[in-house]
Amino acid sequence: MAAMVVGALRRRGAATAGGSRFFAQSLHRFVSTLVVAEHEGGFVKPSSLSALAAAEAIGKENRVSLLLGGSGPSLHKSAEHAASSHPLVSEVLVADSDAFAHPLAEPWAELLRSVQQKGGYSHVIASSTSFGKNLLPRAAALLDVSPVTDVTSVSEPRVFVRPIYAGNALCTVRYTGQDPCMMSIRSTSFSPTEAMSETKVAPITQVDLSFLSEGSSGKSAWVDLKSQDTERPDLANARVVVTGGRGLKSAENFKLLEQLAEKLGAAVGATRAAVDAGFVPNELQVGQTGKIVAPELYMAFGVSGAIQHLAGMRDSKVIVAVNKDADAPIFQVADYGIVADLFEVLDELLKKLPDKK
Amino acid sequence: MKILVAVKRVVDYAVKVRVRPDRTGVETASVKMSMNPFCEIAVEEALRLREAGAAAEVVAATVGPAQSADTLRTALAMGADRAVHVLHDPDPQRPLLPLAVAKILRAVALQEKAGLVILGKQAIDDDCNQTGQMLAGLLNWPQGTFASKVILDKEKATVEREVDGGIETICLDLPAVITTDLRLNQPRYATLPNIMKAKSKVIKKVTPEDLNVDIRSDMEVLEVTEPPKRKAGVILSSVDELLDKLKNEARVL
Repeated sequence: MAAMVVGALRRRGAATAGGSRFFAQSLHRFVSTLVVAEHEGGFVKPSSLSALAAAEAIGKENRVSLLLGGSGPSLHKSAEHAASSHPLVSEVLVADSDAFAHPLAEPWAELLRSVQQKGGYSHVIASSTSFGKNLLPRAAALLDVSPVTDVTSVSEPRVFVRPIYAGNALCTVRYTGQDPCMMSIRSTSFSPTEAMSETKVAPITQVDLSFLSEGSSGKSAWVDLKSQDTERPDLANARVVVTGGRGLKSAENFKLLEQLAEKLGAAVGATRAAVDAGFVPNELQVGQTGKIVAPELYMAFGVSGAIQHLAGMRDSKVIVAVNKDADAPIFQVADYGIVADLFEVLDELLKKLPDKK
Repeated sequence: MKILVAVKRVVDYAVKVRVRPDRTGVETASVKMSMNPFCEIAVEEALRLREAGAAAEVVAATVGPAQSADTLRTALAMGADRAVHVLHDPDPQRPLLPLAVAKILRAVALQEKAGLVILGKQAIDDDCNQTGQMLAGLLNWPQGTFASKVILDKEKATVEREVDGGIETICLDLPAVITTDLRLNQPRYATLPNIMKAKSKVIKKVTPEDLNVDIRSDMEVLEVTEPPKRKAGVILSSVDELLDKLKNEARVL
């Protein structure tokens, strides 16, 4: 509790000690949030900035600590970015160890438990990325609390909306357990804050890592990551997404989609059928079990629109469907549809669209 | 080594679910139920590991009402050796949460002395994607989630995982927990003779109390609603019309 009062004092600056103590003790509504952030190339990832927006939705007075892990100069550059990433960030916690260089759930869950036990946060938030989904439930089990998956909106500090049944129903739940209330958020549902109005830089603190020796780390080892290098924008955050289904017929034909993506500055997505047929690698899969996207423009070529696919893209702002089957379910969610051979439409689009500015 | 596989009975993946008018949940009465697709993949993987000589026995387990026994029969018909049914009747306001299931599965895994537990990465009804990770945490075992390839030797499991950036490979000390992604394998169909054979296989019935697991819920379902409907779209006749609409009406180009 003492640490919380000190934290509140530091945050509130000119507030009187008495006022801060009242604030910390009297309100069970007092919220403090730990955001588990991912970083890459010296920056906090956009999905983690969305988690900060979710922290803001929980409470305007939320005192947010941002946790970053890893090692090397990239970590410290990211910490500096994190320190000024959002007005609510009051502290950046840095876990500097090779144990966190890779996203292994075992040491990370121990880290999260240790940081939570010291900080006594009311909320813990991660993004629903493969990292967040792997880590958060394990850490929650260590803390003996139930997390909420894939939160799409925050109604009250402990009342959340999340999609179930592949997005065919929305479930409102109240968390009634002990602290912390843990959740993964759907990053497409929370827009990261625009550039900060005033320059505020949060202090950066090193996390005490003495817990590492007794933890369960060492039971798993990272071997490698095979990634598709691509120049195009990240699928989960792209403004425009063009997707191909089984109707594309071959990996070769997907190149046409890539050309279109090139012109639109879009990311390329795919249905499960296209991935299973080997047209594209599986990290491009959009749907219930793949990526969830909500771009401004989603263009589906040769996609029938199975329940599981719609789950991943139904929140897109504008949906365009091109399919020769007029009865394809995709037309029920499309804003604009063309019933035609997709190759003819693709050719024409490629001819008529200007090259990327 | 013994492999424990957790399976769940869910509304069939092809059913378009309907939200109940009283907003307490989705309609599940007289709706086709099946084994969760990710659980089928988990059963298949366990069977393949046994067939490859890496495991001696495959035990299927589920937590749920009496009807969940059908799902265990399906696992037995696919080839699991025997099954454990942890009986629990659901309360719609306080559904059984992954944490409770993980605690039950921990008790079963320890009782059965399992060397590996395989689960689906998520159930297609609650879409939680939590149970396997929680089980691994409770057991203090390493976890290989979203697996698209599993190689087992005596003391280690090498797991290829489907992650956001591509395919990640990790190496786990056994015992471990693995959750399956769609591309791990193609589950087999149960043949009629195997379905008949499954009827004589043993399903052990236990309760959470027998396992000393206290089921509490720290989540309350307030309401379940339909997602907002998208307004009807238009069918266009040409690419020119599409480009015009995208530029001038939707203003996304």
